[in-house]
Amino acid sequence: MTDAIDTKAEDRPEEPAGDGTDEKRTGRKPSRRTLLGWGGAGLAFGAAAAGGTAAALRLDDDAAPAAAEGEAVPFYGPHQAGIATPVQDRLHFAAFDVRTDDREQLIKLLKEWTAAAARMTAGHEVGEGAISENDELPPDDTGEALGLKPSRLTLTFGVGPTLFEKDGKDRFGLKGRRPKALIDLPTFPGDNLDAARSGGDLCVQACADDPQVAVHAIRNLARIGMGRVAIRWSQLGFGKTSSTTPDAMTPRNMMGFKDGTRNIAGTETDRLDKFVWVGEKDGDGWMAGGSYLVARRIRMHIETWDRTSLKEQEDVFGRDKAEGAPLGKRKEREEPNLRVMKPDAHVRLAHPDSNAGATILRRGYSFTDGTDGLGRLDAGLFFIAYQRDVRDGFVPIQTRLSRSDALNEYIQHVGSAVFAVPPGVRDKDDWWGRALFG
Amino acid sequence: MRAFRSSAVTVVAAAAALAVVSGCAEKSDAGDDDVIRVTASDDKCEVSKTSFPAGDVKIKVHNKGSKVTEVYVYAADDRIVTERENIGPDFKTEITATIKKPGSYEIACKPGMKGDGIRQKITVTGGDGKEKKTDPALDKAVAEYRKYAQEQADATIPLAQKFADAVKAGDLDAAKKAYAPSRLGWERTEPVAESFGDIDPKVDVREDGLEKGQKWTGWHKLEKSLWDGKKITDEDKALADQLMKDLVDWQKRVGKADITATSMANGAKELLDEVATGKVTGEEERYSHTDLDDFQANVEGAEKSYELLKPVAAKNDAALVKELDKQFGDLKKLLGDYRDGDSFKAYDSVGKDDRKKLSDAVNALAEPLSKLAGAVAK
Repeated sequence: MTDAIDTKAEDRPEEPAGDGTDEKRTGRKPSRRTLLGWGGAGLAFGAAAAGGTAAALRLDDDAAPAAAEGEAVPFYGPHQAGIATPVQDRLHFAAFDVRTDDREQLIKLLKEWTAAAARMTAGHEVGEGAISENDELPPDDTGEALGLKPSRLTLTFGVGPTLFEKDGKDRFGLKGRRPKALIDLPTFPGDNLDAARSGGDLCVQACADDPQVAVHAIRNLARIGMGRVAIRWSQLGFGKTSSTTPDAMTPRNMMGFKDGTRNIAGTETDRLDKFVWVGEKDGDGWMAGGSYLVARRIRMHIETWDRTSLKEQEDVFGRDKAEGAPLGKRKEREEPNLRVMKPDAHVRLAHPDSNAGATILRRGYSFTDGTDGLGRLDAGLFFIAYQRDVRDGFVPIQTRLSRSDALNEYIQHVGSAVFAVPPGVRDKDDWWGRALFG
Repeated sequence: MRAFRSSAVTVVAAAAALAVVSGCAEKSDAGDDDVIRVTASDDKCEVSKTSFPAGDVKIKVHNKGSKVTEVYVYAADDRIVTERENIGPDFKTEITATIKKPGSYEIACKPGMKGDGIRQKITVTGGDGKEKKTDPALDKAVAEYRKYAQEQADATIPLAQKFADAVKAGDLDAAKKAYAPSRLGWERTEPVAESFGDIDPKVDVREDGLEKGQKWTGWHKLEKSLWDGKKITDEDKALADQLMKDLVDWQKRVGKADITATSMANGAKELLDEVATGKVTGEEERYSHTDLDDFQANVEGAEKSYELLKPVAAKNDAALVKELDKQFGDLKKLLGDYRDGDSFKAYDSVGKDDRKKLSDAVNALAEPLSKLAGAVAK
């Protein structure tokens, strides 16, 4: 799978703030000439497509650089990594409540978090490492990632609506800074949201090829934040839901269907600029270069789905199960003919043509959190979508899907959150959210 | 890891002293030159010499007073190195102990067997002549903490007796009422109590903590009878007596616990860990639901250690002290919301959201508290 990737460039990624002496894990700066492919992630919600170009594309200067397997993804850049970055195998997503009322304390935390994130994404230990000099002290780093590769870890930071205002209170003098696009999501028909799995003042999305590296990152950020923030909820995800090379197979979701065939590719800079990155002129200056994240925990009724006939399963999605071809077509990547699909087929309803062009970048993961006490798998899709404006992306698509989607018989939305994801951290002096507080 | 260890000093009773003298201790053979003579009276405590080398020490005591007396050897932090009780008027006795660490010690006579006694300073010199200096500020903190731990144990005895008496009288309501108060002193100083490995499993073990073949005794067995079984059996009455016996044993041994500034700091963190793993979840008091009473006692005990170490910690890490002050304050304030008269709300009436708030506040305090040992050991 890595054949297409140019790994000749041996430069190390820029050393993040810290001692810089850790040679245990090294990263490589990927070549911009790297050929890479992009497969989208997530359930086929909003099977977004331009004209069938999502196969092999040459990466140009603004696109997210690809890292070879196991290596480091650059942390600094105009956009945060973990959005257009080729999707890694594993997820640990955490939403936090801010406990302090002190704006300076919050800023201090964000600076500490940024420094730790820069180190961890480069494959370094946080603080003074996992083996402290003074053995009367607990080590700064929790240690379970020692000896592991950077594993393409990305840490993506966002702020939720409640950071700006909660219970009518302007907590940090940010009320006036709340972007118009950061709306409170409307209630959709069929929603059965658990408050304990929804919302959050802050979020961090950790993606890595090694689950231990992703969990280590969230664990250490949570520890650094203790007192100032507390984890509100977190979600583990698995399932390599997209490929890094054009030839790679489109991954399948827990329902057994290929998922993400027509997602926005990380290499399609024009579509990223149009649908994902917030523009300079969008009205909220501090968000330029950022994006908006919608997360939904979608429980699947696995057992009832499994006893559904193949014909009905295929009708529900609007694609065949074996190849993933749109109904009436033979190949997965052929342009779908929406009119031959059932009116309530998932792919038909989610398609941009059914939603005035609404297009989102999906980056979801499958989850299975054991069983639910009734012997049923607590499994489904942890849906993550990035978009330039939630009002033009997730909201119209989900409005349509929640009303009519044939899939609704087999799924239930049980958790929901929305976050503004600020632009990237430019350099060592920059930090997560600087533009917001500046 | 336990913060406190039982004393590393070997105390050898007089009856066994011969074996030591004739065996491994030949080099420092306690010929009369090496013997320390203590002459006790009702108002004096005379010591024949105030400086001697580390190793095996033989103390010959003669009580010339009219009151029954006791003789103690204390380390600089007030840890009891060795002791002898019940020395009657005109009685003679010998005490043998091994004092490994050079440093300052005190010999105390306690006519009437009470109070701090009449004290004499003595110096134990090292084999290499070098004396390891300890920080007097930390010695003071440890001595103060030991005093606190002793007070807590002393105060527990009558409260536990009240509980035991109610159980023995078969008075279910009175026993339930006396249960939580009887545990507070123990909960405040639990790491010290736990350092005597044999007492904790007898008085504070939960049913799920029993080893195979271990008989369930102590507070939690009685808790189950009172709240779950709703009746007091003859066995329970016998267990109440056993609990008192074990607690008196604890009370007597507190003075011997090996306490250091570091173990105090780690003990404070351990008390918060106890809260984080046992109380916040409601596991500790699963029948009586008096978890918040224990919670409060754990926090008080941790704060006591912290307050005593604070002057030293503040010099080494002012920011840490500021943070700990804030987090102790926040946690106590939050706990205050659950007060109900002299006690606390039953924990089964505390909902999931509230429990998470308590859990977050405990983590917020315990994380910086884990750095206290480093700040006093600098």
